[in-house]
Amino acid sequence: MSTPHRFNETIPSDLEAAERIQDRIIALVEKNGFSDRDVFGMRLALEEAIVNAIKHGNRMDPDKTVRIQCEVDPTRVCVEIEDQGPGFNPVDVPDPTAEENLEKPGGRGIMLMKAFMTRVEYVGRGNQVVLEKVRDPSES
Amino acid sequence: MAAGQRRLDIEDVGDVTVARFVDKKILDENNIQIIGNQLYGLIEQDGRKKIVLDFSNVEYLSSAALGKLITLNNKAKSAKGKLRLCGIRPDIYEVFAITKLNTVFDIKPDRDQALSGF
Repeated sequence: MSTPHRFNETIPSDLEAAERIQDRIIALVEKNGFSDRDVFGMRLALEEAIVNAIKHGNRMDPDKTVRIQCEVDPTRVCVEIEDQGPGFNPVDVPDPTAEENLEKPGGRGIMLMKAFMTRVEYVGRGNQVVLEKVRDPSES
Repeated sequence: MAAGQRRLDIEDVGDVTVARFVDKKILDENNIQIIGNQLYGLIEQDGRKKIVLDFSNVEYLSSAALGKLITLNNKAKSAKGKLRLCGIRPDIYEVFAITKLNTVFDIKPDRDQALSGF
């Protein structure tokens, strides 16, 4: 078993900083041999979670930051994203696939994260999300 | 990224406007905002009624991009226009399917089929 790649970094509430840290995590996921599909899902989930933290959590407040802790090894990726906002209850987010919501523009980020990750968990007051992707052992 | 940078290639084929995304990733907020404004302009300023959106270059898109597409679709409908999507690769089609947006949008496999009978 190779040593996992780990880092813990705090970024400003800035979408360019978000993109840079996503690229850094994705490079580690690719380096650890995950499939193109897993890389696709990981990028999508990271984008949704980090943008949510900056926009909805910190409300783009330049005085607030987002803490990102990442651990990657060839079997699993785990990323924790914590903002400094008031948090929220994911149960309160309406189902975007309900007939009455289908043509509303927002509310699909959490659903996509859940679809592509093995585990998506909101912890604390709802200002912290854990994304976990376990590699499918049947993959080459 | 410059605010005025072109993010779409626009081509008129008969009475249909084909807009092809230039970017591989339709992810970041600024980019999506620019694309959204260009797309809305096709309907609101140029008065185009039949629009095909060609995704063949697109490798990634986010829920924010889906939101813009929904708004565009709604604007097209309000203006008595029509929108078709094409060239969506399987990974991205899955994003539409998960969110059931494959039932909202008129999606064709490729540009030729999108233009056919439009």
